[in-house]
Amino acid sequence: MSILNIFDTMEYGPAPEAANAGLAWIAERQPFGLFINNTWVKPAGKQYIESVNPATGKPLARVAAATSEDVDRAVKAARTAFESWGKTPGHVRARYMYAIARHIQKHARLLAVLESLDNGKTIRETRDIDIPLVARHFYYYAGWAQLMEQEMPGFAPVGVVGQIIPWNFPLLMLAWKIAPALAMGNTVVLKPARYTSLTALKFAEIMQEVRLPPGVINILTGEASQVGEALVRHPDVNKIAFTGSTDVGRSIRRATAGSGKKLSLELGGKSPFIVFDDADLDSVVEGVVDAIWFNQGQVCCAGSRLLMQENIANRLIAKLRARMEHLRIGDSLDKAVDIGAIVSPGQLKEIQRLVEAGVEEGAEMWQPSWTCPTEGNFFPPTLFTNVSPATTIAQVEIFGPVLVAMTFRTPEEAVALANNTRYGLAASVWSDNINLALDIAPRIKAGSVWINSTNLFDASSGFGGYRESGFGREGGKEGLYEYVRPAWEVKATVDLHIAVGSGKGAASSNGSIKGVNMAAHDEEVEDGHEGDKRENGGMNAYHPALPGIDRTPKLFIGGKQARSDSGYSRDVLDRQGHVIGQVGEGNRKDIRNAVEAAHAASGWANGAAHTRAQILYYIAENLSAREDEFARRIVQQTSASRADAANEVQTAISRLFSYAAWADKYEGVVHRPPMRGAVLALPEATGVIGMACPDEYPLLGFISLVAPAIAMGDTVVVIPSMQAPLSATDCYQVLETSDVPSGVVNIVTGDRDTLSQVLAEHDDVDSMWYFGPLEGCQRVELASAGNMKRTWVSYGHRRDWLDTIQGEGQEFLRESTQVKNIWIPYGE
Amino acid sequence: MTTTRKRTEAEEITPHPTIEPQGRITRNPGMPLDMDWVRQARVNRSAVERRAASIPTRRTVKKEWQAAWLLRAITCLDLTTLMGDDTPGNVLRLCAKARRPVRQELLDAMGVGGKGGMNLRVGAVCVYHNLVPVAVEALRGSGIPVAAVSTGFPAGQNPFEQKLQEIDASVKAGAAEVDIVISRAHVLTGNWSALYDEVRAFRAACGDAHMKTILATHELATLRNVGMASLVCMMAGADFIKTSTGKEPVNATLPVGVVMTRAIREYFERTGYKVGFKPAGGIRTAKQSLDWLILMKEELGNDWLNNSLFRIGASSVLSDIERQLSYFVTGHYAAAHYNPMV
Repeated sequence: MSILNIFDTMEYGPAPEAANAGLAWIAERQPFGLFINNTWVKPAGKQYIESVNPATGKPLARVAAATSEDVDRAVKAARTAFESWGKTPGHVRARYMYAIARHIQKHARLLAVLESLDNGKTIRETRDIDIPLVARHFYYYAGWAQLMEQEMPGFAPVGVVGQIIPWNFPLLMLAWKIAPALAMGNTVVLKPARYTSLTALKFAEIMQEVRLPPGVINILTGEASQVGEALVRHPDVNKIAFTGSTDVGRSIRRATAGSGKKLSLELGGKSPFIVFDDADLDSVVEGVVDAIWFNQGQVCCAGSRLLMQENIANRLIAKLRARMEHLRIGDSLDKAVDIGAIVSPGQLKEIQRLVEAGVEEGAEMWQPSWTCPTEGNFFPPTLFTNVSPATTIAQVEIFGPVLVAMTFRTPEEAVALANNTRYGLAASVWSDNINLALDIAPRIKAGSVWINSTNLFDASSGFGGYRESGFGREGGKEGLYEYVRPAWEVKATVDLHIAVGSGKGAASSNGSIKGVNMAAHDEEVEDGHEGDKRENGGMNAYHPALPGIDRTPKLFIGGKQARSDSGYSRDVLDRQGHVIGQVGEGNRKDIRNAVEAAHAASGWANGAAHTRAQILYYIAENLSAREDEFARRIVQQTSASRADAANEVQTAISRLFSYAAWADKYEGVVHRPPMRGAVLALPEATGVIGMACPDEYPLLGFISLVAPAIAMGDTVVVIPSMQAPLSATDCYQVLETSDVPSGVVNIVTGDRDTLSQVLAEHDDVDSMWYFGPLEGCQRVELASAGNMKRTWVSYGHRRDWLDTIQGEGQEFLRESTQVKNIWIPYGE
Repeated sequence: MTTTRKRTEAEEITPHPTIEPQGRITRNPGMPLDMDWVRQARVNRSAVERRAASIPTRRTVKKEWQAAWLLRAITCLDLTTLMGDDTPGNVLRLCAKARRPVRQELLDAMGVGGKGGMNLRVGAVCVYHNLVPVAVEALRGSGIPVAAVSTGFPAGQNPFEQKLQEIDASVKAGAAEVDIVISRAHVLTGNWSALYDEVRAFRAACGDAHMKTILATHELATLRNVGMASLVCMMAGADFIKTSTGKEPVNATLPVGVVMTRAIREYFERTGYKVGFKPAGGIRTAKQSLDWLILMKEELGNDWLNNSLFRIGASSVLSDIERQLSYFVTGHYAAAHYNPMV
């Protein structure tokens, strides 16, 4: 085209980034091997898969397809390396990580070109966003390696970590996974996505360049069905970290259930993008571009649901369409395109299928007038209006450049629509009114909320989901806890196999509480509890001539003592097998009612932390007034000595004080990522937590679980110690007299595992804690996969509830909360 | 920038096309001051800065496209000298460069010289009032207009009557364009009607001469003020809105450009009149001139990519553009002394 001609038309023209260096790098090395022990090895099955350039549809490289045999080799290498790497001083690890960050920067352009070739995303994004964030992540976590000894006392690395990453941000997701793992002293076996391995392989070369000890990082390319599967099921892997679809996350949750593997899942989303009528609409339009046309919309936290205040909807849609007309799509290596290629033909088909479904269901589709390149996998930016929350495209994650727009009338309705999803990864809130924006942000169920911005990421600020978007956080200090465990736990063994109750659901089943191994108390069976045994339901202690007044606790639901739905009761026995009382036999409907009551009390989280603290002190006060009675009850049920029982009551009172103290002191932090603004990392109440108490320490176990949760604003449904439920049921009156609002604490007695199953399966329970036998833990984890609720289970490990390190503290507070990061850029 | 004036959806964005052939446009007649509109201007600074930062990274032009765009940038240049030591001598030199901004051999090599090529010249020459006659004489027959800075440039702290007289004198001296400065105090004190009246009076004084309204954005303190002042000046009849005098500590920046071009778009969408944009000050490199062209194309479209609606106030940038064109033609970088100085 002549210059004169261009001078007239003022078109942009092609601006290709040279691919030679990247292609030469590939050509010199392929077929690529597996990276184990810092060397390249051939896959055991001698199979290779092809990596394709999505922008051209042409083959790019051949990479090894690992098998379970290779996974064994890699895990073994990682295990061997862990022996020394796990003990390597933080400063030494920091030096390695600093070197990695520097090498990422040295190879920045090669990495950007490879990523763009392999994934189809634009070179602008890989060059300006992905790769700089990768380097930043390693610098940031090098810092945490340096500080681990001082800042993470009492924590130890988890061990060998299996990491499975997606194709949408191949190297960035690698960095998010590997950096915190290395910082905390873990070793890694990482599986890149099937379609996008190349930057991970370049990263492996960097591991050689910085002379990272062999086996610390191992990278296995191949098919998810082979490598991912084997990694997830490998018995010598201590943790799985996964980013990808909710469906796969769910199957990983099931596969690892009961294995004791730590698990963090970062899954799908259908994130709301909320626009109020006082927002800067032109900036909103650019925000939408960054929300849904960033990386072709193949972003888990893409703002894919545009929620507009009704009075500005038409104007905003007009502006959006005008903007879409001059978006540019094309070869990912063109430096002047906004939208690159969809990662694979399969993904493209799926997007097409969902868009067709949207049209069929009556939504109005709009696409710009220009056409996409005919070669390669391209899909135009697409805007749906006339969408209702009931349509498929408003609910399912499309993972493509497709936006659905809906309107709202009031802030309340905006929040309701925003939260009307099974996901909870991110949200954008646009308003120039600080009062409105900061009112809305905390009310949205999502791990990241961006005010007047979108898709901002930084190593300093945690990222992760609520609900079916997964659990665990990546980034920030909160991300470190995914890669450590309490040092005491490392030493613990599975030494407390509590028999599972045998009389499930049966009324008056004595069998269900037998066989409890209270090893710690075995020697003290005969100690000073004579005369206490039959206090309840037996004879009157002071006037032997009078029968005692029967006192049969019901269930405690919504602040009321309610009869169990089943109409049955179960006996509670002392150590000698004498019946000392009955409790209600709770069932599925009682749990249902309790969960409803717990939800009705959700306002508990919004009240002042000071008030929650006062109520916890008040519980302690009222418990203290009856400490003798509670001690006797413990003795009666458990055969603990009077001294032990008194100690348990005192510890419970102290524990209540601890969480009253924490209630207004566990407050989150302010991150300062590189922008003018701040990120508030707020620990928010998780919601409704189901909890199965340990059988031992009937009072302290109960208080140790309930107190931190309600201190943080959660509401709870508690299954008390099955062997000794009366200490918990005796608390009804304590709770009632301590101003605990109705529904904050709900107690359902009965068969622990039956009731736990109902709670774990319940879609409206946000987290499930279970302190019981290993088999029960497994069932809870399995059942939790339904709504991907968080779980916290004991794996049958003994926990010393009297100990302040094991029995209370920040571990409990972390389990009670989820961190929301609210990004607040500012400046007038 | 955006405004959210309350109105019914029926009157949404219905441009009234006033485009005349060959880039000539109907002058913006102005309109009554509409404070509802002005007050509802919204500018979110952080978001605007993010957008501005991505303008040079989302788009680029290479090779022939870059050469053509640089030639286009030259045609949009207001070649400027505004110094205390300006004399007829250096103004004459500037005018000579304005007629022949690029070496003929480079134009020939690019196929744009000679017959059927373009008559490459800058958009205007911009000087102080005293030098207007010199420039007018030097540019006679070239078709290049002379612009005079006026109204107490750069600070605008002269008596109002004097300002009108100054405009009048420059127009009489042959200035076809007048770059006026607004009273920043009106913006900072929120006295929008005073600003409107002032600019309206300037426009009347300009008569047929085109009026470029300099906001001196750095002294307006906030981007929201920039957005509001842009609207008021357009309502008062500005033909162009211009960022800076070149004398403020910070002059043309892309965030300011984003706000002002969005205001221009909004004004066009509501009134159907196209107002021009002129960034000035601090634009020294060829790359910067391309960034500003990209901003215009992205925010306003191709209609704003010619000198009837876009000017760049600068002088040294021309040297760098010529150097880049020389590189494009020869494949190596020229020393400054190979290109005739500005």
